[in-house]
Amino acid sequence: MDAAAIPWWIWPLALLAVSFAIGIVAVLAGVGGGVLFVPLVGGLFPFHLDFVRGAGLVFALAGTLAAGPALLRAGLASLRLAMPLALVGSVGSFAGAMAGLALPTRLLQTALGVTITTIALLIWRSRATDAVNAEPDALGALLRLHGEFHDPSAGVTVDWHAQRTLLGLGAFGAIGFVGGVFGLGAGFANVPALNLLMGAPLKVAVGSSALLISIVNSSAAWVYIQHGALLPLIVVPAILGVTLGSRIGARLLRATPATVVRRLVIVAMLLAGLRALLKGLGW
Amino acid sequence: MVEIYARWLDGATKAGFMLSLAAFVAYVSGALPAYVPPAALPQLWGLSAARFAEATGAPQGWGWLALVGYGYYLCLAAAVLFAAVTLVCYLRLLPMLIRERAWLDALLALAQVVVLATAASGVVAGAG
Repeated sequence: MDAAAIPWWIWPLALLAVSFAIGIVAVLAGVGGGVLFVPLVGGLFPFHLDFVRGAGLVFALAGTLAAGPALLRAGLASLRLAMPLALVGSVGSFAGAMAGLALPTRLLQTALGVTITTIALLIWRSRATDAVNAEPDALGALLRLHGEFHDPSAGVTVDWHAQRTLLGLGAFGAIGFVGGVFGLGAGFANVPALNLLMGAPLKVAVGSSALLISIVNSSAAWVYIQHGALLPLIVVPAILGVTLGSRIGARLLRATPATVVRRLVIVAMLLAGLRALLKGLGW
Repeated sequence: MVEIYARWLDGATKAGFMLSLAAFVAYVSGALPAYVPPAALPQLWGLSAARFAEATGAPQGWGWLALVGYGYYLCLAAAVLFAAVTLVCYLRLLPMLIRERAWLDALLALAQVVVLATAASGVVAGAG
């Protein structure tokens, strides 16, 4: 069916439904919603990729900002850990957003397809760890990147120290850049960088990743706003949908088999990534 | 530090959500003049951001602030609130860190404010 023949109000309603579904699935699968939102909406809706990426950033911002207070109060997100990483990530994200808005759409669409497909494969292959017994490095000690985390489900208290801080800062600069180019939250990369590279306990890594997205995405979001790449008819249903969906997802978390959802998300990302790739190549 | 950041984050996010909802209803229902009517968007949303601005005469940079009386730009203001939340929280944190003489944290917070304010200003992005 020709997209132009569809009444305008169908699109924001459909977007609300898609954002709601992504909000649920993202919580259950433990991925940031932007990594699903940008390729799915970019591939299935008639909006220009500039507006989809702008909405993707605000979509990820809305979800992580809403989760931030609860994560901080529960000790699941570390503001001390986030501050230096977010600073480097924000600079990367700012640069990435400017680069993304300057690139030709076809090239960007192709690169998005490659990136999303690669991320899906990385999520499929990634393994988390809670073995946190390494010594802190000098930079991590200077920045006081350490903390104590009590895990009520395991009944243990973990003392953690950041390690490989310089590499971590470099990683967050690069992650911020990729997120800025494609309008992604980049939680898929934050969690392994915090957990596997810097040695933060998994739950602290997941919580701090959300806090990091809420800070890092802000700088890219400003660039998109300044370039007029935020279309309210896309952004607002996305914000409302993901906020409501995330709440439902959090309630379903205990009763849903996370492995099955995770596999579904990987398949959805692979399909969306391939569609973006084909669209970019003009096939 | 953490509790203050969490409290401000909470308040600002809830305000952003409520304003988004109210502004969107006002825009699509026609309760406010639209500037870009929703029904005209299917002819425009396939254009790049630059061509969209040319086609609608939409101001770049902060020029839209003068147009928040229109539904389209009131919705945009609500979305912009989400981008502004972190800057507001850091600005709230900064004087407290200076008072406590937590110099390293204060320096990090100040640098973050500078990055976000630069991005928000549009100076480096070339928008005006």
